[in-house]
Amino acid sequence: MYEEAKDKIIEYVKQQKKSKLYFNDLCKAVPEIKMMQAKKVVNELITEGKLKYWSSGSTTMYMLPSEGDVAKEEEGMN
Amino acid sequence: MALKHATPMLDELEKGPWPSFVSDVKRLAVKGNKMCEDWLGLMELSFQEKEGHWKHGGIVGVFGYGGGVIGRYCDRPDLFPNVAHFHTMRVNQPASKYYTSDILRKICDIWDAKGSGLTNMHGSTGDIVLLGTTTDQLEPIFYELTHDLKMDLGGSGSNLRSPEGCLGMSRCEWACINTQDIIYDLTQEFQDALHRPMFPYKFKFKSSGCPMDCVAAIARADCSIIGTWRDDIRIDQDAVSAYIGGEIVPHGGAGGARKDFDIKAEVIDLCPTKCMEVNGKTLKIYNEDCVRCMHCIRVMPRALRPGLDTGATILMGAKAPILEGAQLSSVIIPFIKMESPYTEFKEYVEKVWDWWMENGKNRERLGETIQRLSLREFLKAVELEPDPRMVNTPRYNPYIFYDPAGVPGGWDHDAVEYRKRHQA
Repeated sequence: MYEEAKDKIIEYVKQQKKSKLYFNDLCKAVPEIKMMQAKKVVNELITEGKLKYWSSGSTTMYMLPSEGDVAKEEEGMN
Repeated sequence: MALKHATPMLDELEKGPWPSFVSDVKRLAVKGNKMCEDWLGLMELSFQEKEGHWKHGGIVGVFGYGGGVIGRYCDRPDLFPNVAHFHTMRVNQPASKYYTSDILRKICDIWDAKGSGLTNMHGSTGDIVLLGTTTDQLEPIFYELTHDLKMDLGGSGSNLRSPEGCLGMSRCEWACINTQDIIYDLTQEFQDALHRPMFPYKFKFKSSGCPMDCVAAIARADCSIIGTWRDDIRIDQDAVSAYIGGEIVPHGGAGGARKDFDIKAEVIDLCPTKCMEVNGKTLKIYNEDCVRCMHCIRVMPRALRPGLDTGATILMGAKAPILEGAQLSSVIIPFIKMESPYTEFKEYVEKVWDWWMENGKNRERLGETIQRLSLREFLKAVELEPDPRMVNTPRYNPYIFYDPAGVPGGWDHDAVEYRKRHQA
């Protein structure tokens, strides 16, 4: 489901200069669908491991996973 | 046993009259808790330098959840290796925070074994906050919480936060709605919003059983569900006489055994809308002017009680000061029955979320979006008619126009045509 929308979101994220994006930013990649629908698409991308959550505790953002990203974060590199 | 780090500045915090969190942490540190040892050293360094040493946020979490775990790292792992990773886990509290001592012991056992042993009971949203663990322990802790204790992680980030309610009907004679059931029901219904972030920012439900608002929903929640009544305050005139005659102590005895109760000074004159009068020993309330402040009920609980036709007032948009100033929530639905399964309320919430998701800016609370785009636009989106009860002080400002479409001829007029009819 939503394969086309998923591809558009991933492409959009790859094109951005910032490594972390808000949910609203992801939705700009798929303006043709409502945000509630977009949420389901993003959830599938998370489940498939194609996107990752980043949370400050108060706000959540999304980023592309990279190899060893948890280890990098723990070493203070992310 | 000596502590690993000297803490002269933290020690000052143990000298006051109140219980000290420093003493609590030291108690664990002297038992050999290495995380607590280094935590004390790190805090001392922060106090000396007047700089924080915690890094903000991270990608860590448990599989499938976008909330409940908050990554925390120390930026001086060379000095304090045992708190290099110090993640927070939020555990969704049971409705009204009723626990068995057995469950509390089990939570502490898990946290002593797999975390720092430090807890915050509770965070301001209501969760049990477990402070300080490492990435490799997150999934094992989550497994034990969910499988052995039947508890779940709470909300964090841009999620629905763990809904919170007062003790409600379980302990309180004034509760007009079943806050425990409402909170449990909403928690179950909106699991997806709780665990998978989608909002511009956090969203909080809080429910108080009566207008006393013991969970301070009106000051903190994006959606406050506050119990109220729409019929008359129940009066026991015999009890009123007994209060006036000094046979019953006012305030439930909270001010000590008194015989000098003055109903005029302590009740009638303090009514914000002056909707009460007393003739001899008979009390009269003009209920149509009552604003449900409950002061009279608090002072004379054996004489006055909330009415029997109960429900809730729904208020929206409270927040603490981050982007804009602090904001109290505004009345949006003056009265709703709030009976299980709360279908009408849930449908309303879905409309609110749809509008906020489409229109809210990043890190903008619902109250700020309403303030920026106007209450009128919000009401259109949730399909509600404007009502004077939504206006803070309607009697001070009669010039309220909700929508030009609702005014005959709109707000524009033809000045030339007007002058033709008013030439002088």
